[in-house]
Amino acid sequence: MSIRVSHLCKRFGSGANQFVAVDDVSLEVGGGELVAFLGPSGSGKSTILRIIAGLEQADSGSVHFAGRQADHLHARSRGVGFVFQHYALFRHMSVAENIAFGLRVQGKSKDEQRRRVAELLDLMGLAGLGERYPAQLSGGQRQRVALARALAPEPQVLLLDEPFGAVDARVREELRHWLRRLHDEVHVTSIFVTHDQEEAFSVADKVIVINRGRVEQAASPAEILDHPATEFVARFIGEANVYEGVARDGQVPVGALRVPADGLPDGTPVTAVLRFYDLKFWRDDRGFARVTRTMTLGDRVKVEAVIDDGPVIYSQFPRRSSLLAGIEPGCRIHVEVTLARLYPQGGATPAVTVQLQ
Amino acid sequence: MTRIGVALAPERGGRVVRLAVLAYIGALVLLPLAALAQHGLAGGLGALWRTLASPGALHALWLTFWSAGVMALINALMGTATAWALVRYAFPGRAALSALVDLPFAIPTLVTGVMLVLLYGPQGRVGGWLAGQGWPVAFAAPGILLALLFVTLPFVVRAVEPVLLEQDPAEEEAARTLGAGDLAIFLRVLLPPLLPAVLSGGVRSFARALGEFGSIVVVSGNIPYRTLTAPVYIFGEIEAGSPEAAAAVSLVLLLLAVALTWAARLLERLSGVRGV
Amino acid sequence: MLALVLLYLGLILALPLGAMTLRALEAGPRALWAAFADPAAREGLILTLVLAAIALVANGLAGIGAALVLVRHRFLGRRLLDVLVDLPLAVSPVMTGLAFLLVFGRGGWLEPWLEVAGLKVSFAFPGLVLATLFVTFPFTLREVAYVLIELGTDEEEAAVTLGASPWQTFRLVTLPNLRYGLGYGLVLTLARALGEFGAVLVIGGAISGHTQTATTFIYNAIEERQEAAAYSMALVLAAASVLFLLALEWIKRQRRKER
Repeated sequence: MSIRVSHLCKRFGSGANQFVAVDDVSLEVGGGELVAFLGPSGSGKSTILRIIAGLEQADSGSVHFAGRQADHLHARSRGVGFVFQHYALFRHMSVAENIAFGLRVQGKSKDEQRRRVAELLDLMGLAGLGERYPAQLSGGQRQRVALARALAPEPQVLLLDEPFGAVDARVREELRHWLRRLHDEVHVTSIFVTHDQEEAFSVADKVIVINRGRVEQAASPAEILDHPATEFVARFIGEANVYEGVARDGQVPVGALRVPADGLPDGTPVTAVLRFYDLKFWRDDRGFARVTRTMTLGDRVKVEAVIDDGPVIYSQFPRRSSLLAGIEPGCRIHVEVTLARLYPQGGATPAVTVQLQ
Repeated sequence: MTRIGVALAPERGGRVVRLAVLAYIGALVLLPLAALAQHGLAGGLGALWRTLASPGALHALWLTFWSAGVMALINALMGTATAWALVRYAFPGRAALSALVDLPFAIPTLVTGVMLVLLYGPQGRVGGWLAGQGWPVAFAAPGILLALLFVTLPFVVRAVEPVLLEQDPAEEEAARTLGAGDLAIFLRVLLPPLLPAVLSGGVRSFARALGEFGSIVVVSGNIPYRTLTAPVYIFGEIEAGSPEAAAAVSLVLLLLAVALTWAARLLERLSGVRGV
Repeated sequence: MLALVLLYLGLILALPLGAMTLRALEAGPRALWAAFADPAAREGLILTLVLAAIALVANGLAGIGAALVLVRHRFLGRRLLDVLVDLPLAVSPVMTGLAFLLVFGRGGWLEPWLEVAGLKVSFAFPGLVLATLFVTFPFTLREVAYVLIELGTDEEEAAVTLGASPWQTFRLVTLPNLRYGLGYGLVLTLARALGEFGAVLVIGGAISGHTQTATTFIYNAIEERQEAAAYSMALVLAAASVLFLLALEWIKRQRRKER
């Protein structure tokens, strides 16, 4: 079932404490898609999800399910499965009772409840845990119970609010694969909220980047990585150096570094975003930057350098990369920009991507 | 204040419950208290003032205020110390002691009065001896204080305890690594978060003491101008068939009760442990 | 500091309690029995139990309802209501009795209507019921409200997204989570109802065989210098309060175990 959200607005509080959580958001999710809402905490992504579920009421705007307006529908009649950030399992019910809850309140027969619970316990890899209570489960197991409970009444839409936020890193990785495989099997239209870009890009078909209650970009993971639409997206995804400057003679000078800016009129104030992996460092005694630190991060090495007359610049290389040869604190290096993204300030002129061959 | 999402907004059934609750509270609590206030003011402000300024009423109010005040002070100090001991020390019998602290909530105040008279009365084991030394307890001010301390014991302890339980010992350790002394740690680190709870417990016990009747009526001897407290004075006026005088003194206590309850709720929200 | 605290609690709590226990041991079980043998005492005790039962049911229900309204509803005047429901804790029982007299008694607000209807409230059973309900009202409400706040709304929202009606959400999700808070509040209600004295004395008049409760029986016995009767009834009530204390402790343990 497809979901369309148009011109959604939501404010919290009143007077001086008023806070705009959702600011004219429109977006679309196709039937059977798995979509991620990606954004920093407090960006309004959870609020949009809760409005779609009917848990919050928008101040204005509307939500359509499969082309039908749903705003007047109560949360209980929207046919939406919702997975809460902190599981929200019924603590006084067993795992089986938790999963059966949706069928029970709909008056389904005991036999049908039993059958569906067994099916879901199996699907979720929870077989044998039906009689346990939530307090006796690990974080990962609880999250799977929450997922099973939401799926039991066969919802048209599955919404997950930071579903992996409360479990540790290893389990999170596991649950991601789970969610992807589950979706490939069940094919229910799904949206999950996350602030972890890796999570969004590795699981979702489509990523919607949200900041300050607005949609910054909605596209496939590859499209967002290759063509970030706004300065915010470029900063938020992938680790990047961000500099403010003014274009002159087709370049933006950042200290001794010249960021290529072909085609930008002279005097345009811009923000230059240089992603770590779009930079090359190599040792050069006549280079214009000096290495101040190298940090080993697992299989990668992060290099910190200071541009002459300019700011600090970072890059990252695979540990065995030939570019790292001879690079050590104190040595001088040359910096080459293979790809630069320039965002004219004020947003009047469109963003420019400059790629060097 | 937590927000309530639209999915849990009261529907028809919820609104019916709300109306029923408001009607119940209106009839059971608001109506009688309004009648009390109206009768207190029935003769106008002048009459109210004359009643309050009569020596009997004035003395009863004064005795009630100062005994409740002294009690609240002792209670704030010792209640905090008791909560501290229950939370921070491990000693044999701690669980039993913790349970015993709630006894005043479980035992009728009249029985408390009877117990105190048994102990401190002229025929009592301790009371007889103390009276012989010129230190009468029952039928004197010390008896009133002891009764008030007994019936209000749990208020400060139970207000402070949860805050102490939530306090992170790391804060204390951090202060110590920064070179703070015991006194500085107590004053700057431990006390500030406790203060709202200590105050709310103190305010609640003060309010409770202003109205205490059952234990006092037995233990104080009710001697006019000496050991007759305001609630007992009100009772006497009702018995004597002058409800207007009783209502006048009641009005003063009622206004105080409203102000103190309001203050206690405010402090409880500040202490963060029990805030609606 | 521990020594100071123990000394203080010994002086304030243990000493009077010890005096009572000693007295009970001296008198032996026969004294307890005396409270049941004397018809006036027995009637007082039964009346008190009936009042307590009414308070348990009425304020159990009203407490849950009012806690839900205070914590889960948003409406104008909620803060005012919040103070109002706590007032019975701060108002003197004598004033409570007086207040009901001023509504239902001679010259009271509702006296003309009561006369027409032929209803007698003051110095009668309905007056005792009202006074008991007033003084015990906040206990269940407060305990349930604390649990509701701690519980949050996640589980209830989850139930709603799964299609539960408000009644199903309350019965299947909210209510089971309230059970210990409710139990605690009900024990406090029971204890307060059994021990209430000032309010029932003023509104009821402590008429023997009619409106005399267990506590007002003690008071009358003291006034009439029948100390043995007073002490045996006081012993019965003290014994009951020890049971309540054990019940409170048991509930606290269960609650801790579930965390």
